[in-house]
Amino acid sequence: MANAPTVRTARGSRLSRGQRANLHGYLLSAPSYLAIAVVILVPFFAVVVFAFADFRLIDIPRLSLDTIDWTLDNVRGALSSTAFWSALSTTLLYAAFTTVGVIAGGVIVALAMRKPFRGQSVVRALFLVPYVLPVIAAATIWRTMLNPQYGIVNAFGTQVLGWSSPIAFLTTKSAQIGGLTIPVALIVVILFEIWKSAPFTFLFVTARLQNVPAELEDAAAIDGANAGQRLAHIVLPQLRTVVMVLVLLRFIWSFQNFNDIYLLTQGAGGTEVMAVKVFKELTVRADVGSAAAYGLWMTAILLVFGVLWALANRRKEAM
Amino acid sequence: MSSARRESAAVRVLRTSIIVITMILACGPVLYGVLLSLRPFASVLNNPLDLVPGLDEISFDAYTAAIRPTSAGGYGLGSFLLNSLILGVATVIVSILVSILGAYATARIRFSGRSVGNAIIVAVYMFPGVVLAVPLFVLLSRAGLTGNLLGLVIVYVALTVPVSLYMLRNYFIALPSSIEDAALIDGCSLMGVIWRIVLPIALPGIAATAMYIFMIAWNEYLYALLFLVQARDLWTAPLGIAQLTDFDTPVTILLAGSIVVTIPVVVLFVFAQRLLISGLAAGAEK
Repeated sequence: MANAPTVRTARGSRLSRGQRANLHGYLLSAPSYLAIAVVILVPFFAVVVFAFADFRLIDIPRLSLDTIDWTLDNVRGALSSTAFWSALSTTLLYAAFTTVGVIAGGVIVALAMRKPFRGQSVVRALFLVPYVLPVIAAATIWRTMLNPQYGIVNAFGTQVLGWSSPIAFLTTKSAQIGGLTIPVALIVVILFEIWKSAPFTFLFVTARLQNVPAELEDAAAIDGANAGQRLAHIVLPQLRTVVMVLVLLRFIWSFQNFNDIYLLTQGAGGTEVMAVKVFKELTVRADVGSAAAYGLWMTAILLVFGVLWALANRRKEAM
Repeated sequence: MSSARRESAAVRVLRTSIIVITMILACGPVLYGVLLSLRPFASVLNNPLDLVPGLDEISFDAYTAAIRPTSAGGYGLGSFLLNSLILGVATVIVSILVSILGAYATARIRFSGRSVGNAIIVAVYMFPGVVLAVPLFVLLSRAGLTGNLLGLVIVYVALTVPVSLYMLRNYFIALPSSIEDAALIDGCSLMGVIWRIVLPIALPGIAATAMYIFMIAWNEYLYALLFLVQARDLWTAPLGIAQLTDFDTPVTILLAGSIVVTIPVVVLFVFAQRLLISGLAAGAEK
């Protein structure tokens, strides 16, 4: 394309086709890249700068590049604080369990919904309710259900199951059940995320399942394969690529999740994940430098997963 | 379904119970929220397990109180909803206009450097929102753009452009380019091709992308909290409900607000379920 001969267009432009394509390409995509650059790339560089600066919220009006006090304290301070490591392990637990739960839930329901039945499209739409529901509505409903005074879960527990006292699900860090220590609030936010995001996996897996050719399964059935064998040897292998991509995407999304956790617990009860920690460094402690340093470490860790995702995706395209 | 594949009774029972349980889990909490929002707060406190409100109990007082402005003794949700609507519509219009051009360029025009652009978009899509929120808050408050809706529109547009670019590009790639090629050869300008040919054909994909973006803006909470928390008049619906939660507002009011916030999304979704699902699938499967 680049060495295509110069063509005269109807308007008499003398640009080669390659040059013209370049010009059009740049012009049309310029607004998109501008938007991304101004509000995403520039701030990203700013985060790097702030992470190495002694900079608090009250310093904002005096902010300019030459008044910055450079320091390594934020970046070092993050790594040497126990809060950082506890936030990181909470985040990893949260991301790992939600990823597994979201994908397992989505795949199981998609498989159960495969065979056509009357009213299937209505049922499918209703399954998407938790995903479509605005997060503020979902969080408000869950907070109400789990409320110790008037929530249905605690009412059921104390009146029917005979609990001695209601449980403050969203603020209880851990409870002893049968000798095991259970992180109560963390489990609640994980279940909330699975409930909210499994429909998304369900959608994608359903779309993929519709492309699994029926002939293969029919042939296997005629050859005597039972339902379990057809599932294990024909259907599930076809889902492998979509599930692999979903695993990494979901992990990355869960890793950076702020809204769902903050709206439920505001980070109480041992649910202070990295995203909540960054937010609190900024708003509660008013320390921009420290918030940026936490954010930078968080991004660095995420980047590793991003690279993994890109590699997995490349392999998928190569196949 | 071929006769060779007849499922056993056990599989059928398992399948049916999964579907029923999922249905209860998916819709139960929402139904619970709706039922509670129709009961007086005192009766919720006294009988938490009594789900179905008595006929004489049902009232929409919580809804009217939630929506009415604070000057009239309400909680001001009506104006929060209006703010969210303004934000959502402005974000959709700007984001879609910007990304239609960009998506067409990356899908159709072979210009050098377009694969770099694609990689940046994917990378940007994965940067943690909360990490970007720190410098955005600092830079935009330095520029005096926090505490008004314009700053938030700028942020929302930039946050949604990568997603809509990605969805629209995949949609454009799936469309046949022969008509566009013919029009170009016949002397139609590039903008003419996009306006007269690409837009009409791609309308379902654009509508799906627009709805997806509207839902992102409608649901957004973190940036609204950071930028607008001091300006009560400008609170968006999610921010307003979250803030009211901290003020010991009766739960029936909060639930009524949650249901009202949900209604526009449900309406959009019911009208365009198929469109949205195919759009989402187009955004994921290349």
